[in-house]
Amino acid sequence: MVPLIQKEVVDAKGWIKAEDFIDILALAQTAPGPVAANTSVFVGYKLAGIPGAIWALLGTILPSYMVILVIAIYFVRITDSAVVNAAFSGIRPAVVALIASAAINIGRMALCDLKGVGISILAFIAIAVAGIHPIPVILGSAVLGYVFFREDETSTLSNEIDCEQQDLSKD
Amino acid sequence: MTSMLFKLLFTFSKIGLFTFGGGYAMIPLLEREVVQGNKWLSMKEFVDIIAIAEVTPGPVAVNSATYVGYRMAGVLGAAFSTIGVVLPSFVIVISLASLFLRYKDTPSVKAMSGGLRAAVTAMIASATFSTAKACLGDVQDVVILGLVLFAILKMKIHPIICIFVAALLGIALWGGMMLIPGL
Repeated sequence: MVPLIQKEVVDAKGWIKAEDFIDILALAQTAPGPVAANTSVFVGYKLAGIPGAIWALLGTILPSYMVILVIAIYFVRITDSAVVNAAFSGIRPAVVALIASAAINIGRMALCDLKGVGISILAFIAIAVAGIHPIPVILGSAVLGYVFFREDETSTLSNEIDCEQQDLSKD
Repeated sequence: MTSMLFKLLFTFSKIGLFTFGGGYAMIPLLEREVVQGNKWLSMKEFVDIIAIAEVTPGPVAVNSATYVGYRMAGVLGAAFSTIGVVLPSFVIVISLASLFLRYKDTPSVKAMSGGLRAAVTAMIASATFSTAKACLGDVQDVVILGLVLFAILKMKIHPIICIFVAALLGIALWGGMMLIPGL
């Protein structure tokens, strides 16, 4: 969705300069919430203040709201059908594979140094094994990141670069 | 009814507030709140919604909110849940945008983002295990899982195509038997 927003807002309409859009994207990815929602709020706010942010956000969520609403209204009815049930029996393991592949791809990018791997393993055990609620785990990971990554800022950065290069050479 | 609407608004605001990295990273949070906590959906229904969200436009978090909201309290419920999930984005981006742009390159913020990135990986890994536990019953399931994993990671096939092929496989594997009388 983000490349689409960029094409529309930067290239087609010329509302935002390309270098400003990079800032917007950095904020959208770091701030909590769906990236597309964050991006649209920021773009709308920059162009027309709070009303702009409201309209931009509504514009972003309205199409998917309508589509999902229509699906939700009919989905319960069509799940009575044997064919739809069979299709979803095939789809469910595929969804597990999609999530697993996302975990593998993001793990390759994010887990470049031992400290990151350590935080990940701790967070995984906390959520999947110990059954701790994800919110304290997320907050705890940010604190651990602050403690572990702060002093070796430069070395972490160089590790990251190494890691991305490795990843590129693999493909 | 009104209390349900506000419960949806509050629950999805909480989910929106702690969604980092987008997409699948918020699955454990949704699972905990929607499947385990409030018991609004079963784990299988939840996986079905992830599949629907994948093949329709819009962020997964927003799609799930709309769907769950509708199931619990109709069109209004869908509206409250959807507004809930994007409300934190709205407030945070508007109030903290300038602050963030000033501090995003400081060591402290970068260090915390590093910790969050590690957590996002763990969240998606944990989502893999919980969905696998709910969805992998027999050998056919494991075969589909393996095929799709290979298609995405090695052949770089688009996830939407994988979902449609998996649906056809599902119909071929499980739908055929229902059409034959006596089976």
